[in-house]
Amino acid sequence: MERKKISFILNGKSQELHIQPWRTLLEIIREDLQLTGTKEGCGEGECGSCTVMMGDKTVNSCLVPAVEADNMEITTIEGLADGDNLDPIQEAFVSYAGMQCGFCTPGMIMSAKELLESNPNPNEEEIREGIAGNFCRCTGYTKIIESISAAAEGMQGGE
Amino acid sequence: MEDYSLIGKRIPRVDGRVKVTGEAKYAADYDMPGMLWCKMVRSPHPHARILNIDTSRAEKLPGVKAVCTGKDFGGWKWGWMPKTRDEPPLAVGKVRYLAEAVAAVAAVDEDTAEEAADLVKVEYEELPGVFDPEEAMKEGAPQIHDYVDNNLSWDFHMDFGDVEKGFAEADLVNEDRFETGRVITGFLEPPAAVALWDSSGITLWAAKQSPYFVYRHLAACFKMPLNKVRIIQPFIGGGFGGTKNDSQPGDFCAVLFSKMTGRPVKFVYNMQEVLMTCRRRHNMIIHNKMGMKKDGTITAMQSKVIADGGGYTAIGPLTMYLTGCMSTLPYKLPNFKHDAYRIFTNNPISAAMRGHGITHTRFAAEIQMEMMAKELGIDPIEVRLKNAITAPHETVNKVTVNSCGLKEGLETLAKDPRWEKRSKGQPGEGPVSHGVGISGTSYLGGAMQRGHQSCGAVVRLCEDGTIDYLTGATDCGQGSDTVLVQIIAEELGLRMEDVDIKRVDTAVTPCDAGSYGSRVTVMAGEAAQKAAQDVKGQLAGVAAEKWEADPQDIVFKNQQVYVKGSPEKAMPFRKLAQIACYSGSGAVIVGKGYSQYGIGLNDFDKGLGDSGTSYSFTSHLTEVDVDIETGFVKCTDMVIAHDCGKPLNPINVEAQNQGGAIQGMGQAMYEEFAMDHGKTLNPNLADYKMPLSPDVPNIEVVDILTEDASGPYGAKEASEGSIVSAPPSIVSAIHDATGIWFKEQPVTPEKIAMALRKKKE
Repeated sequence: MERKKISFILNGKSQELHIQPWRTLLEIIREDLQLTGTKEGCGEGECGSCTVMMGDKTVNSCLVPAVEADNMEITTIEGLADGDNLDPIQEAFVSYAGMQCGFCTPGMIMSAKELLESNPNPNEEEIREGIAGNFCRCTGYTKIIESISAAAEGMQGGE
Repeated sequence: MEDYSLIGKRIPRVDGRVKVTGEAKYAADYDMPGMLWCKMVRSPHPHARILNIDTSRAEKLPGVKAVCTGKDFGGWKWGWMPKTRDEPPLAVGKVRYLAEAVAAVAAVDEDTAEEAADLVKVEYEELPGVFDPEEAMKEGAPQIHDYVDNNLSWDFHMDFGDVEKGFAEADLVNEDRFETGRVITGFLEPPAAVALWDSSGITLWAAKQSPYFVYRHLAACFKMPLNKVRIIQPFIGGGFGGTKNDSQPGDFCAVLFSKMTGRPVKFVYNMQEVLMTCRRRHNMIIHNKMGMKKDGTITAMQSKVIADGGGYTAIGPLTMYLTGCMSTLPYKLPNFKHDAYRIFTNNPISAAMRGHGITHTRFAAEIQMEMMAKELGIDPIEVRLKNAITAPHETVNKVTVNSCGLKEGLETLAKDPRWEKRSKGQPGEGPVSHGVGISGTSYLGGAMQRGHQSCGAVVRLCEDGTIDYLTGATDCGQGSDTVLVQIIAEELGLRMEDVDIKRVDTAVTPCDAGSYGSRVTVMAGEAAQKAAQDVKGQLAGVAAEKWEADPQDIVFKNQQVYVKGSPEKAMPFRKLAQIACYSGSGAVIVGKGYSQYGIGLNDFDKGLGDSGTSYSFTSHLTEVDVDIETGFVKCTDMVIAHDCGKPLNPINVEAQNQGGAIQGMGQAMYEEFAMDHGKTLNPNLADYKMPLSPDVPNIEVVDILTEDASGPYGAKEASEGSIVSAPPSIVSAIHDATGIWFKEQPVTPEKIAMALRKKKE
């Protein structure tokens, strides 16, 4: 089977891969590039555990053919922190108990990232909608919503 | 709270950082050179005899390294009790539920393994199946196992006081049929493991909330001594009981394949396999009979419980035990009779899930009590306060309660302005009707039922004054690692960052019963406290000698050690650690501790005695808006007044209460497997509906503080109470909004719309 060459930016670094055309973005992130922070829950685009940013939008990477990443900029959970400095959303999830088992957390944080980039000051309803594609079985969402709200406030320079 | 530095504080999780950066590795994230992929071959029939398995085509496929079938496990079977060991790693002779694993393949990559699995040819002779437990109990029903008659997997009979006398004393005796639904734990991380068999024995990196179960199972199955079985814990993506408390066919097959090929072998179930084959909550039919006096006093209760057990026993006997032994809490019940039947069917296996056993019968009793109170004109809070126990209390089946915050919880809800918003029997006419409901329930903490129940801890002092902490207890998300580190650091006067909790590794961590029955904080916490105190005692001895003081007077606080009342006799903890470690020929300072709360006696056959070390009490208010046209329910607010004794980490306690309540809301309102002749019709997360963020109410958690000596620093259960309290609270609220009692979970919009239409006619 002919392999296809794709080039893209992953977490700020250029990547070039020769891939079989049926492989998903999730597979190449986890297997070829060994970034296992992005999780596979259902593999059917329902649970949101595999959420990554493609350009300025989030996608369920389990549903995206990897060839679509060609010439795109991809950001995964590993790309958020700057060295030891966590992204404010990550900080808030730690401070406000926004995670329990942590399996949904990378995808949840990526959805929050997209939300706050497009709407830096969301109200509670908008936060709920912003993460409506991400299942969490542990938290009942309350502390996730509080974490995102606190992150938004912090990024606005508030308390 | 006493003057603690860390206990009782809102301390962030110790695993928070690795979880938000993606660094935390889960079982499926492990990858090894030369690793093979294991895939299961599953039965297309719910009940069939296996006539022949032809693996030749699969074996010939390039890239396939091994194929195994049930016979390769030498007849070994497992189960919770010696007499219920009925489940083989792969089906032998016949299959008892649809998609049961009958064979497995190992290949160089996942795609090849999948292709090979399709090439295994199994010949079956289909057998008539039985899918309804009430049908399966009947004489002449298809028999699923040879070792029992009439598909009776397990039964319990409890009889305390004199129910007939109790019913005779009552002014009102009601009988109702209740039903709880077919739901699943709903973890997002599918079961997965990497197995390696080499000269050091078996090593398994597995997604297990109770790794010592699979440790014992693998030792027994492969006839290996325990020191040759090593389970190393990755991070765990949610547990909630059942599947991840037990072994999976994939675990056994991956280990066998590694033995056969000498290579590491990995399996990861997909979500369809999870939803079709993993252990579910038992769905139960509860025939409940209750007697009540005019003033609301409950005189007697009699329950007959029929549970759909599915194809194998698993932990089902304990489930049935819990449906009965905890029915005598949290309301005074002088006369109680309980008959519980777990029935084999050709459905997927039922087992434990958060709120184990108790959620079913408490739902029935709670709703029936409120229904009867309504008939007698008694307010829902009043009937509960009338019957609520107060501590100390011993139930008719000798469950002993040393602390109880139920009355205070109910009174807190009664004073809440939201309680005044209820319709009080005058439901609105629509389009949206508002309702408020309550419940008052109890759950056990520190489960102690049969077998090994203790927890151990080892605290190792490093010469720079930092601590290595070894525990066999697993944090599958509930936050126990954080609480356990808080305990160690508190005892030694250290900071959180001075204590490093190691991942569970059965080669080095002390044996632990597991993470179930709300036992980790209580029991692993006690062990941690004792192990830290052991180290503290050894260090105090060294300090006392140096300062010529009484070891009892040595204080450990704020990373300092000093003599009480003599501030000049002080030094940093780090300095004392150095002195102690370098003393003499070089001392090794290790502390050990184990829990003793759990060592009690209960009579499992009669349902007598304590099933936990202590009991939590949850008072739960729910507000709903019901769309009278569509039956759609929006749960808008919840208030959970929870008595967990003393919350050791209040933010964690809130988080546990909130998560449990929403899991309970899912099962009360919409989660349900649709079944057709043993086939799960909705094995995906689009059709099996779990709550998402827009669905959940605002949840306020109120800590009801009580004093209980039976947990470290007075801690009781905090992880399961709200999954028991949520369903009756929601159903009570829906009744308030509609005037209709719903006795079958889930209470879906369809059921509500149909009932409202019927009521109108």
